[in-house]
Amino acid sequence: MSGHHVTTTINGDSVEFVCEPQESLLDVLRNHLGLTGAKEGCGTGDCGACSIELDGRLVCSCLVLGAEAEGRKIRTIEGMAKGDKLHPLQKKFLEHAALQCGICTPGFLVAARALLERTPNPTETQVRYWLAGNLCRCTGYDKIVRAVLATAVEMKQEKRHAA
Amino acid sequence: MQFEAPETVGAAVKLLAKASGTTRMLAGGTDVLVQLRSGTVEPKLIVDLKRIAELGKIAPEKGGFRVGATVPAAAIGENVKVRKMWPGVVEAANLIGSTQIQGRATLAGNLCNGSPAADSVPALIAASAVALIAGPKGRRKVPVEKIIVGPGKTSLKKGEIVTGIVLPARPARTGDAYLRFIPRSEMDIAVVGVGVCLTLDAKGVCTAARVSLGAVAPTPLLVKAAADALIGTKVDAAALAKMAKAASAACNPIDDKRGTKEFRVKVAGVLARRAAEKALKRARGN
Repeated sequence: MSGHHVTTTINGDSVEFVCEPQESLLDVLRNHLGLTGAKEGCGTGDCGACSIELDGRLVCSCLVLGAEAEGRKIRTIEGMAKGDKLHPLQKKFLEHAALQCGICTPGFLVAARALLERTPNPTETQVRYWLAGNLCRCTGYDKIVRAVLATAVEMKQEKRHAA
Repeated sequence: MQFEAPETVGAAVKLLAKASGTTRMLAGGTDVLVQLRSGTVEPKLIVDLKRIAELGKIAPEKGGFRVGATVPAAAIGENVKVRKMWPGVVEAANLIGSTQIQGRATLAGNLCNGSPAADSVPALIAASAVALIAGPKGRRKVPVEKIIVGPGKTSLKKGEIVTGIVLPARPARTGDAYLRFIPRSEMDIAVVGVGVCLTLDAKGVCTAARVSLGAVAPTPLLVKAAADALIGTKVDAAALAKMAKAASAACNPIDDKRGTKEFRVKVAGVLARRAAEKALKRARGN
């Protein structure tokens, strides 16, 4: 088996790796690149714990081959906080206690960021449908949905202050 | 396993045609990667189609659209023109899986995976969609209803690729709709799916209709008897009842934990009537 040499961009940085043809992008992120924020829940695209953005689309990294990443732009949870400064979603998840064990949290955060970047003022229904592919087995969904809605309000206020 | 990502249709066909053993094409990969992981399929060769530029676009085609084989369902939903012309097809495509799956899953992939329960397929059949195929012997066009021949099986020959799906120009006073039954509100596989497309004349009489059922037989079905029950009528309650009965009669479903045979047969009729009512409303508005 010959390895594939892949050059890609992750959170704005150029990254190179070698992977086997059958390796998923999730395995590459976690096992080759040390980016262990994306989690493996089901490995079949049902739980959303491995959510990342690939060329601006929210996807499950377990359903992408590492070799497919050549020349693409990837965003993972690791790029969400800027140094010590948490993303507003991360702050609100803490304030609302929108997590317990935390395994699903990176996926929820990446998915919620993708929602708010497209739909800055989502309704509760929009949040629930958008996040239907992210499963949480301990906190439940109410706190998560409330945290996302509260973030939308705060980001809107911040934008108004900045303007 | 060998992974290739050619940049032209010709190169992809060549790779697939000369390959020995099992091959898989990668459009969205939402089914193929699950098969790889579970070991149900061990391909010798995987050909990623996403580097082929022409396959990644939605382009105008004779008053309709050509949806490239690698266009994700999310992009179809974002296309205002496609949504306006074929809302039933778009609704069906956007029912497949979660936001994450929508970012990858494709119409061509949903079709070629060959599932009897594929959501987009009955809607495509109702809309008279055509699969564009490229292969070692050149290109051909095949109506979508001729592609799936059994669960997981298609009529494609070795080396052939579905490069896109053509949604034809929508005739005047035509509307389509897709409805499915699942036991929950989101994220499930159809227990029954129904696509309906119908055309009215200026007086409101139905002049053409297509009714397609999913998840009630080994393949999605195009039910002529159901369409015939509508044609020549004003799609009134009697015609709809007759159509529902014909839809139920065409079912040959499995019996499983998600729906008994009797349930699927009954629901197929109910959903066919509701989908026809929805398509009728749209046809009157067009």
